[in-house]
Amino acid sequence: MAAKVHVTATINGEPVEFLCEPRQSLLEVLRDELKLTGSKEGCNNGNCGACSVILDGLLVDACIVLGAEIDGCSVETIEGLMDSEGLHPLQQTFLENAALQCGICTPGFIMAGKSLLEKNPQASEGDIRHWCAGNLCRCTGYDKIVRAILDAEPQLEVKK
Amino acid sequence: MNPTEVMEPAKTEVKKKYKVIGTRPIRHDGVDKVTGRAVYGADVQLPGMLHGKVLRSPHAHALIKSINTEKAEALYGVKAVMTAADFPDAGSRTANLGELGEVPLKPMCDNVMASDKAVYHGHAVAAVAATSPHIAEEALKLIEVEYEVLPPVLDVVKAMDEDSPLLHEDLYTDELGEKSSRPSNVASHSRHVKGDVSQGFAEADHVLEREYRCATVHQGYIEPHAATAMWNPDGYLTMWVTTQGAFAVRTAVHQILDIPVSRLKVIPTEIGGGFGGKIPVYGEPVAAVLSRKARRPVKVVMDRTEVFLATGPTSGSYVKLKMGVTNEGRITAAETMLAYEAGGYPGSIVALGGICMFAPYNIDHTTIDMYDVVVNKPKTAAYRAPGAPNSEFAVECMLDEFCQILDMDPMEIRLKNGAKEGDIQSHGIPHPRIGCIETTEAARDCEHYQTPLEGPNRGRGVASGYWVNAGLTSSVTARLNGDGTVTLQEGSTDIGGTRTSIAMQLAEVLGIPVEDVVPSVVDTDSVGYTEVTGGSRVTFATGWAAYNAGQAIKSQLIEQAAEVWKVDKDQVTLADGVITTTNGDSRSMTIKELAANLSQKGIDVGSRETVTPQNHGGAYATHVVDVEVDPDTGKVTILRYTAVQDAGRAIHPSYVEGQMQGGVVQGIGWALNEEYFYNEEGNLMNASFLDYRMPTSLDLPMIETIIVEVPNPGHPYGVRGVGEVPIVPPQAAISNAIARAVGVRLGDLPMSPQTVVKALAAKS
Repeated sequence: MAAKVHVTATINGEPVEFLCEPRQSLLEVLRDELKLTGSKEGCNNGNCGACSVILDGLLVDACIVLGAEIDGCSVETIEGLMDSEGLHPLQQTFLENAALQCGICTPGFIMAGKSLLEKNPQASEGDIRHWCAGNLCRCTGYDKIVRAILDAEPQLEVKK
Repeated sequence: MNPTEVMEPAKTEVKKKYKVIGTRPIRHDGVDKVTGRAVYGADVQLPGMLHGKVLRSPHAHALIKSINTEKAEALYGVKAVMTAADFPDAGSRTANLGELGEVPLKPMCDNVMASDKAVYHGHAVAAVAATSPHIAEEALKLIEVEYEVLPPVLDVVKAMDEDSPLLHEDLYTDELGEKSSRPSNVASHSRHVKGDVSQGFAEADHVLEREYRCATVHQGYIEPHAATAMWNPDGYLTMWVTTQGAFAVRTAVHQILDIPVSRLKVIPTEIGGGFGGKIPVYGEPVAAVLSRKARRPVKVVMDRTEVFLATGPTSGSYVKLKMGVTNEGRITAAETMLAYEAGGYPGSIVALGGICMFAPYNIDHTTIDMYDVVVNKPKTAAYRAPGAPNSEFAVECMLDEFCQILDMDPMEIRLKNGAKEGDIQSHGIPHPRIGCIETTEAARDCEHYQTPLEGPNRGRGVASGYWVNAGLTSSVTARLNGDGTVTLQEGSTDIGGTRTSIAMQLAEVLGIPVEDVVPSVVDTDSVGYTEVTGGSRVTFATGWAAYNAGQAIKSQLIEQAAEVWKVDKDQVTLADGVITTTNGDSRSMTIKELAANLSQKGIDVGSRETVTPQNHGGAYATHVVDVEVDPDTGKVTILRYTAVQDAGRAIHPSYVEGQMQGGVVQGIGWALNEEYFYNEEGNLMNASFLDYRMPTSLDLPMIETIIVEVPNPGHPYGVRGVGEVPIVPPQAAISNAIARAVGVRLGDLPMSPQTVVKALAAKS
């Protein structure tokens, strides 16, 4: 068996160290080693976006990043979104818009939405549809998800 | 953007009548699901847990001559290896599949793990439990299987030929109730006859006869199947499963493993989509056997490839349809032959395709011949309105052709022939109160339909759809807490907000806020028997059980208040969460006050309810779509889409809209892109989300919804199922829109760019 790699990283603002096999993906590390199971596996090959996390400011599919690659990096996952004031505006607008049915894609969509609105706080419907094309949802037909992200824009603006 | 309309008359009525129903509260499980805390199938972690992986057949059709697991067993980290030989002999035992009836158990066992023959590419043949998923995968490569490869049978029509290779030497056609004399791939042929089609066709001024085909498509839920089993030495088996029905899993595992139901507890996790595909068992019995052999908990999680290869797609199909109409647009007769793929073992959903096919219309003369055909593809499973899209696609396309021949508006032909209460359906059952006419009228009058569509290569399509819905058994347990809230335990797994739509019905009875009802989905030891989350039945049937629980709590509270006040219970009433006397002495107390009082006295208020409602009523929808066709590439763009549907009563309108929008988009995927590609050897070539092309957000506009409410007299609040019917109309609506955009009629699904380009080339 291959020797394990020692990795130091920042996850949701906190320093974390772990050992992982070189072949383990970031998603496996998050879920199996760090017990952060909010990031979901839908495909394990970068097609569905259910494991979307933000790696040094970049939206990535955790299933196609190796755990060993995040040494020295900062990772944001769905578990880090709440703050002392409660839910993140996107979490709140997803609830208010009924933008989830089964909810398995929801953490990925919220991370994708967060990443988009950080870059483009006034994203249009078209911008959202383009940005979120890497995230699959089979329940909602995307309508209410797009509305939830649009609805979060003014709230994020106020929060600033 | 167009917000959803709720038709005016109903809206007014809802406002008057109800306090909770028709509002849009935040779902009870919402915070868990937006924070990543909700536990889905693969999230289960137990001390000492092993990871199971399944070895699958590389061949579509092959005899299994031998399996050697010695090398795999010897690998470091491997704790157990199993094959079908580890299952008890199915013999002649049968399995009860509820609405699907009593079936032999052997095919069900063989589908979970092949014993002597693999009948589709990806069929499970062995499994390993190891300390990590990677070690389990390595061990699979060490298992030696000797196959004798046989020719695959992939086409549903060719499979019916007398000289086709046979999947099962012991399968004899059930031919209209009689067993045939020679084995065949046709598992059954059944028929519905109403009136006399020859008379009906004689009355027709125009007759069309066409063939329609649907490719095999998958439900496409984002969460792969996952099951964790812990088999204790005392014989008690606990399972954590992502499933549409914890009791269905309990029944299936009990039957396959031949262990008493009482030794088996199934704990449903959150479920990441199912659409019918998470009703059968796959890895559940495998995890159980591996756990027994390894004496440790075992989790078996599929990867996406396995989901495509080995779990239920829905039937690909061939439909031949002949219909006749008069010059006035009255349908005089319809005759059809339906052949549906069952996959590797008998049991397609062709019967439901037959029942729904002509249900939107009142036709005097119909004949329906239905064939259930085995082919070397995964055993099919239900998929949202199972069977209905395949057959209704044909009818809805042909009606549009008649409209063009007769120069008639598509809404007019549907209104002219639309089914009403009391009309006898093609299988002999009269329609209950349905909203067919009201829905079509709402579609005709909607802003979208009334706005002309302009521009080259653009067309507007209309199609309707019907789904039969289901009632079946549901249970809840409700208990009043000392603070006046109600704890509600449900047997129905929640795939799309049903905790809330069920809780709302109990809250309505008591007149309390829905936030004061705390619903949870519980395990098979903790609530009465409940059938699967399917058939659009949960808000209808489990909601009804909650309604009954509310009524029981209400009458107990009235009795207890009468006891406190020393008055006759007939002089006490409960409304809007307040109990009052009606004898003129104006005494009152809130439920919360009485609950505190009763709690101190140790008096338990609550109820256990089980219902099996029969009058679920059918669901009806009419859709309007505008498309633009790129004549060079064949790409079809959805410009605008409006779905109109009779919900009976929309308990939580946001989640009704969500069902409509989700169903529409699955229908759009089915119409334009989705299909299983097999090569000549029967290997599935597109078992990934990249190559099995489901719609993304970029492919779609907003999906406009109009909820029509024609209350179902078979439910206390008028609910009818809403989840499934919206997947029925899109395929034909889009085909009709393409026909009107560029003048080609497409009867084969999907209408992918290459199909459209080919049809355009053939036309010119």
